[in-house]
Amino acid sequence: MTESPAIELRGITKRFPGVVANDDVTLSVEAASVHALVGENGAGKSTLMKVLYGLLRPDEGEIVVEGKTARFRSPRDAIAAGIGMVHQHFQLMDNLTVLDNVILGAEPTRGFGRIDVKGATQRIEMLAAQYGLPVRPDATVANLTVGTRQRIEILKVLYRGARILILDEPTAVLVPQEVDELLASLRTLSAGGVTIIFINHKLDEVLAVSDAITVLRGGRSVATVPAESVDAHTLAELMVGDALPSPTKDPASHGLPTLVVRDLRTPERDGITLDDVSFTVHAGEIVGVAGVEGNGQHELIEALLGVTPATGHIDLGDDDLSEQPTRQRRTAGIGVIPQDRHREGLLLDAPLWENAMLGHQTAAPYAKGWRIDRNAARARTDDIDRKFGVKTPNPDVAAHALSGGNQQKLIIGRELTAEPRALIAAHPTRGIDVGAQADVWEHLRSARRDGLAVLLVSSDLEELIGLSDRLLVMLRGRIVAELDPQSVTAATLGAAMIGAG
Amino acid sequence: MSAPVTVRRIGLAMVAPAIAIAASIAVSALILWIAGHDPWFALREVWSFGWERESVVSSINRALPLFFSGLAFTIAFRNNLFHIGVEGEYRVAALLAAAIGTELALPAPLHLVAIVFIAMAAGAAWAGGIALLKVRRGVHEVISSIMMNAIALALTAFLARDRMRFKANDFDQSIKTELLPASGQLPSLNSWLEAVGIDLKRGFHLSGFLLPTIVVGVVFWYVMRNTRFGFDLRAAGMNPRAAQYAGVDPTRMIYTTMLLSGAIAGLIGLPYLLGESFQFDLTDFPQGLGFTGIAVALLGRGHPAGIAAAALLFGWLDRVAQRLDLVEVPNSVILIMKGMIPLLVVVAYEVVRRTRRAQEAREVAAGVDPVSEAQAVGSGVAS
Repeated sequence: MTESPAIELRGITKRFPGVVANDDVTLSVEAASVHALVGENGAGKSTLMKVLYGLLRPDEGEIVVEGKTARFRSPRDAIAAGIGMVHQHFQLMDNLTVLDNVILGAEPTRGFGRIDVKGATQRIEMLAAQYGLPVRPDATVANLTVGTRQRIEILKVLYRGARILILDEPTAVLVPQEVDELLASLRTLSAGGVTIIFINHKLDEVLAVSDAITVLRGGRSVATVPAESVDAHTLAELMVGDALPSPTKDPASHGLPTLVVRDLRTPERDGITLDDVSFTVHAGEIVGVAGVEGNGQHELIEALLGVTPATGHIDLGDDDLSEQPTRQRRTAGIGVIPQDRHREGLLLDAPLWENAMLGHQTAAPYAKGWRIDRNAARARTDDIDRKFGVKTPNPDVAAHALSGGNQQKLIIGRELTAEPRALIAAHPTRGIDVGAQADVWEHLRSARRDGLAVLLVSSDLEELIGLSDRLLVMLRGRIVAELDPQSVTAATLGAAMIGAG
Repeated sequence: MSAPVTVRRIGLAMVAPAIAIAASIAVSALILWIAGHDPWFALREVWSFGWERESVVSSINRALPLFFSGLAFTIAFRNNLFHIGVEGEYRVAALLAAAIGTELALPAPLHLVAIVFIAMAAGAAWAGGIALLKVRRGVHEVISSIMMNAIALALTAFLARDRMRFKANDFDQSIKTELLPASGQLPSLNSWLEAVGIDLKRGFHLSGFLLPTIVVGVVFWYVMRNTRFGFDLRAAGMNPRAAQYAGVDPTRMIYTTMLLSGAIAGLIGLPYLLGESFQFDLTDFPQGLGFTGIAVALLGRGHPAGIAAAALLFGWLDRVAQRLDLVEVPNSVILIMKGMIPLLVVVAYEVVRRTRRAQEAREVAAGVDPVSEAQAVGSGVAS
């Protein structure tokens, strides 16, 4: 067969001042295939996809779409050529319906600017049925799950006639069942003739769904391999250039009870309420909280911080924090790595040094009495950047300019540097690459060795089992099981997580 | 941060207002031309009149209340509160300060301090009502501000006419409070000007409130930049949830910012009350300063220096409008300019913001990409 590839990138080079983000990258994607793009943060994946989607113009090289050389001045040109992109952060209007969102900006009209609602509905239902993306066009987006919202994003792109889909870390935001659904949809899409390029960090997902995998490292394309010929280990080695880091553990060294929680409850509201949550985290211990996402983990974190109202007892060492406001809890020594770094952890428009002091602005070296010591804060931020490998030219850069992995390192650095007594770590390695993940794990392990009590909320089972001394399982706002990570099997854990245990 | 980077950022910040002002001058000129006037003539008249010594002094005097108004709006706006109740607050504050001020018998400096305190307290109390409604009942501050403004207008009219009115004699029809005693009157700075050889024409003075205004501006700048409270406030404004995680109590922050905003709003009427009228006259007391303050704050971008510059610009425009009348050019063209500047500046700032974000992303990409990390470290950050 002489059919030309859907996408060919030949010798793409993209330089930023003083740096080469893509260096002679070559990529060939077969039509109607699922092609994964893997690599560490900063390997050049996003730059490459931005070039392909017309957001950036390459300095050298050429883009060939379905056999024709293309020159994209903006995403509009890329869309016209049949390329669509699903961004990691959804761009949906919560108050509008699925239909409204899909047709927004591409409304079909029938005379006098009236919108052809019927025609649009039919077309969406047809696309949804054809590609196995079940949605109800009249549902309001605000009420939908993350997985459904992602389907809408994909439909949006398909509706605009895309035959080539770019997905940027599509599974990072999904719960496990939704991941399976998405991967199945990707297969259906490619079976229906859609070409898929997706960026992902989770190698098992990549292997499960891809036809071919291209590994980027340091801005270059290192290898393109058919998925059936590699395993996760080889892939990881290609990515990092050395062996796959895997969590290993020191023997347990329990100290005194540090974070003691008894009968924590949140008032009845919409969504999940905490019910009789009790546990103890000792000094030098990592207690993992497992569970399908949305079973009260986030509520637990917010109740512990005092961000959401709750009843019950929270003791940190000898201090009773139950009635204390958030600030007193933080200064008493509760650190937090929030679940969503953009929403809960950073001031994106503020410089790094202000982000480093966020949550610690009442303590030395950031504060001197009621004043801020700007120079000391900058110096401390420099320390954090160096010690935790935050890649930035200086502490005055705004946080939004950093990559996700570097933002996460900054957050972990600021929390650990403040020497908390207890650390709440929520999904500390979500959305960051294998190399950064290994660093984060090592930082947590070394903090544990130094006597930190860590409550680790995660949905990454490898992380939970590899780091935790004990595992708690949350289901519908309650702690339903305590398991020993040494002996737990995927079967028992899975059963506890869905309440079948 | 290296010096050139700072200079470039300040430069970028100046570009937006410069574009907005230039564009609004151009549009105003166009309107004059269409209306059959000579825009070039009007511009020349305005320019030469505007830089006369008396005009400069008058512009400064007019800028003082606008500066406070801009600050009052800004401090709430930094906490994402769109506080438009400043208008009502300064009127209530000025009336109470004038009425209670006449009743006090205190030595000069204390008397002034007491009047200032009363005005700030009254403004804060009025704004506190808005905060209370927001926290307890979830009423959006714009809605309650509008209503509180209406109440303030009616209340001041009622109090001035029926409760705090001073009649010099039975035939006195004016609605005003009694004159403040000499101990409650703020001397002008004319004697200082004379000391450095600047003599103003009769009837002109430089307000004694200039010095307290500068102090308030500097304190505001310092607090926002260098204190824990300022950081908490900025954090809450940039990302309320992250600030909450960091220990900033959102409820308390609403109260604090609204009370401070109201207290500063209370100062708006004082340069006029303590330096010119010495009494609250219902019909003569300046109106609309609260709303103009929103424009001043937006133009000044929430930075005290920017707000000061914007207040001076608006004060200057008010002053030169008088000249246009004399040369028979409709001075409503100044109103058009004052309306257009904030509109255009919002657009211009957004353009600049995007430029800056893109530039920062490039700087960081240049500094950290693993490909050339070694060379980037070696050569410093290319710009």
